[in-house]
Amino acid sequence: MTVLYAKSHEWIKKNDDGTALIGISDFAQHALGSLVFVNLPEVDDEIVAGEPFADVESVKAVSDVYSPVSGVVLEVNEELLDAPEKINDDALGAWFIKVGELADEVELFDEAAYAAICAEEE
Amino acid sequence: MELIFEKSKAGRSCNLLPPCDVEKAPLAAEIARQKAPRLPQMAEIDLTRHYSALERRSHGVNNGFYPLGSCTMKYNSKINEAMAALPNFTDIHPLQPENTVQGSLEVLYLAEKYLCEVTGMDEMSLQPAAGAHGELTGLLLIKAYHQANGQDNRRKMIIPDSAHGTNPASASMAGFSVVNIDSAADGRVDLDALRAVCDENLAGLMLTNPNTIGIFEKDIEQICQIVHQAGGLVYYDGANLNGIVGLSRPGDMGFDVIHLNLHKTFSTPHGGGGPGSGPVGCKKILAPFLPSPRVIKNGETFTFADAPQTIGRMKAFYGNFLVVVKALTYLLTIGGQGLTDAAEMAVLNTNYLMKKLDDIYDMAHHEISKHEFVISCERIKKEVGVTALDIAKALLDYGIHPPTIYFPLIVHEALMFEPTETESIETLDHCAAVMREIYELAYSNPEALHAAPQKACIGRPDEVEAARNPRLRYNFE
Amino acid sequence: MSGYIPNTAEDKQKMLDFIGIKECKDLFADIPAHLTYPKLDLPQGQSEMEVKKQMTAIAAKNKVFSSIFRGAGAYNHYIPAFVPSIVAKETFLTAYTPYQAEISQGVLQSIFEYQTMICELTGLDVANASIYDGASAAAEAAACCVERKRHKVLVAANCHPQTITTMQTYCHGADRELVVVPSKDGFVDMAALKAQLTDDTACFYFAQPNYFGFLENGEALADAVHAAGAKLIMGCNPLALMLIKSPAEIGADIAVGEGQPLGMPLSFGGPYLGFMAATSALMRKLPGRIVGETVDNKGQRAFVLTLQAREQHIRREKASSNICSNQALCAFTSAVYMATMGTSGMTEAAEQCHAKAKYLATELGKIKGFDLKFGGEFFNEFVMTCPVNAEKLAAALAEKDILAGLPLGENEILWCATEMNSKNQIDTLVNAIKEVCC
Repeated sequence: MTVLYAKSHEWIKKNDDGTALIGISDFAQHALGSLVFVNLPEVDDEIVAGEPFADVESVKAVSDVYSPVSGVVLEVNEELLDAPEKINDDALGAWFIKVGELADEVELFDEAAYAAICAEEE
Repeated sequence: MELIFEKSKAGRSCNLLPPCDVEKAPLAAEIARQKAPRLPQMAEIDLTRHYSALERRSHGVNNGFYPLGSCTMKYNSKINEAMAALPNFTDIHPLQPENTVQGSLEVLYLAEKYLCEVTGMDEMSLQPAAGAHGELTGLLLIKAYHQANGQDNRRKMIIPDSAHGTNPASASMAGFSVVNIDSAADGRVDLDALRAVCDENLAGLMLTNPNTIGIFEKDIEQICQIVHQAGGLVYYDGANLNGIVGLSRPGDMGFDVIHLNLHKTFSTPHGGGGPGSGPVGCKKILAPFLPSPRVIKNGETFTFADAPQTIGRMKAFYGNFLVVVKALTYLLTIGGQGLTDAAEMAVLNTNYLMKKLDDIYDMAHHEISKHEFVISCERIKKEVGVTALDIAKALLDYGIHPPTIYFPLIVHEALMFEPTETESIETLDHCAAVMREIYELAYSNPEALHAAPQKACIGRPDEVEAARNPRLRYNFE
Repeated sequence: MSGYIPNTAEDKQKMLDFIGIKECKDLFADIPAHLTYPKLDLPQGQSEMEVKKQMTAIAAKNKVFSSIFRGAGAYNHYIPAFVPSIVAKETFLTAYTPYQAEISQGVLQSIFEYQTMICELTGLDVANASIYDGASAAAEAAACCVERKRHKVLVAANCHPQTITTMQTYCHGADRELVVVPSKDGFVDMAALKAQLTDDTACFYFAQPNYFGFLENGEALADAVHAAGAKLIMGCNPLALMLIKSPAEIGADIAVGEGQPLGMPLSFGGPYLGFMAATSALMRKLPGRIVGETVDNKGQRAFVLTLQAREQHIRREKASSNICSNQALCAFTSAVYMATMGTSGMTEAAEQCHAKAKYLATELGKIKGFDLKFGGEFFNEFVMTCPVNAEKLAAALAEKDILAGLPLGENEILWCATEMNSKNQIDTLVNAIKEVCC
């Protein structure tokens, strides 16, 4: 399963069954620092490519998480509500939502191209 | 330190009430409380020592220098407290007949009149309980005005990126959509950016002046003109009034509505976070919408009345009345010329302290500041890894309350100092000397700053743990 | 120069020289000249002695009643001498919001203790550090129940009228629908409530006791509201909570109320205290400051402002409330009051309120034309009919240094009694009324 990244620092893993998992990148979790809470959408919510669908809180900041694709939320990772530190520990493992009915998507980058974007930001 | 619940012991109490002189009437079981609250059981001597210990672990203006930017921590005179404690103010029921509360109504009337004069506004309401409450009130006036004019489409509120967070939060609560505009390079409003977002949906602009990096918006008349020409109104956030009070009036600059913070500019104490008072003043066009009730004078008698198209009530009764008593006492003491002198001294103190530090610290600007100035620690952070937070924590060990940190957002690693007029040159010199010593430490021994504070009653708290696993009350079990 | 400014003329010159300007006026050279140095029509500054004389003279125009039978949102209770003396400690008085935890442990701990006491009083899991007053707390509580699909707010018609108007102002601001649910025979009309509980309803607010002093069937309200998937907000008199079922026992999701009875003088309406507590499910939706316990870098107990990402200074336009300054010192006052009174003292005060109100109702009820308006149990207030013009009766009693109950209509009065009203005072009131009415 390949991982693709959006410029706004989310990752997306597309499954063969037409669904996808979405989370935030390791670069993003590092920049945000220790996360203390995450606000997730509800199942059946529609999400839109390029629009925020969740937010993550550190002690002194809150940041929107943008969806790389349009679609419908099939599942949310409720584990993150009790243990937001999982995002810091393993950003690529800590998926936020599982999405179906995928439609539009923002421009996505592979690992190398995304690394270049991050390098530029630093 | 132990919590009061840990000091509590069954059987201890204070003897306060006489025996009941009528027959008690127990409630029926189906409506009676099942589980009694576990309140402390203490003797008075244990209580007094508990609170003395808590006091020792706190810091107020009366303990030492408190240059917290945007908060105007000036000295709060004892006479203000004494007047607010007069039984003829404290023992008055808010719903007494008007002829028995003429003194209270006179306090409200005089305070409104004087504050209108100071700000250049036509009318004032003392109902809002705090600055943010005043913001919401003022914005509701703007909304009601546009609605009354059949222009409910005007829902766009422009807010500069340097603004306090309350501004956008208040705008949302009042049903506006927020349009943030970037500041110009000098931190002032970018006139072109402003023009670009003014259209037929414009409701207004929220602005503080002096702005959050402490400089005056010199194009203020033009700013107001641009907004007015687009059919919008201009809101003045009074958080920074201390830099110009008695020296320049928002009403004369072109602002239509204003909120004040009596707990900043007008010398009422902050009480560890409140109660404050956030009066809202406005020009005549907005007066019909002011919250209920208003105080009016009929001959020699004061009476309550409602504005004709009032937005309603912001809270019960008439605002934080005793706070208004304190502010009125202050106004009567300091007088008109005194206000001007105070603002001059507040600004002189600011520029003096700034000048004492600007050869080593990087200032957010190099102009004459108003009530506050902002240092950026970005270079220090890059060079030696010492942050604004480290410097703030180091100040604690010198008995100085740190300035506001990490605000405004447009300055990285910000330290925002507001000395106020009530501090002496000796205090400023001491603060400057401490800041210079800390600067040297940053380069000679940065580890010491990372480890600060050392002399406070606790070290740096684990805020991540506090937010991840919230413990918000004592656990009796 | 007034006593507020310590710097002398010499100091001032030294500072001007150091900055390199000639006079203070130069500090304002960037302000267009015609906007500076306005002629202010304000009084001259005065000495402390003169100001004290003037303010005392103004205060003397108020009348303090020696006998008070009026409540309606502001209650005359005994305040132990200990309470104001502790609250006046100048460190508590002159501190700002405790953002710098290391030198604010005392203030932070006092708020944590307050939060705990409010949780105990309401039986709920979490409390915030305070809201402006009971009415604005009700409005803020409604806002934190609102979800994307549930935005309609219901309020009982028999709440304090000023609470309803405050909620209306807030709801109108947020373009949110507010429906007033009528009452029947003085109590919430259950059928009307159920009819309004649609699937877009966020919450229902009711007051316990209600404005007329009587106790609602809280459990029945909770059942109806929860069956519709909405939340129940209970507005409560904090002292009554010593005797009546707590918000938790009734099943409320949020409890708010006017905390003035907990040690704050009447003060012509403020500053008072809005308290707010909720179930842990709503923890991250509460507005305003909250203090949490953690440890410092040496493992010692420490207190900090926490869950700050909810608040306006971080969330900005996405914050659900803009509150920052609250009623911290009033919250502290209530905590000192609760600690001083203790469980036994608070219970005694509440029982005396109830007993005196019962006695007052009984004695008034012996006069022809004075009848309880509604059936059911009350705490320390009740509405009674009045055979003569209520305003006129109140005015006649005022002549006798008695503040009567609040006239609600031409022939209705909302009476209140507290532990402050002795049997003798009540008997005197009843005799005075007999003189006027009979």
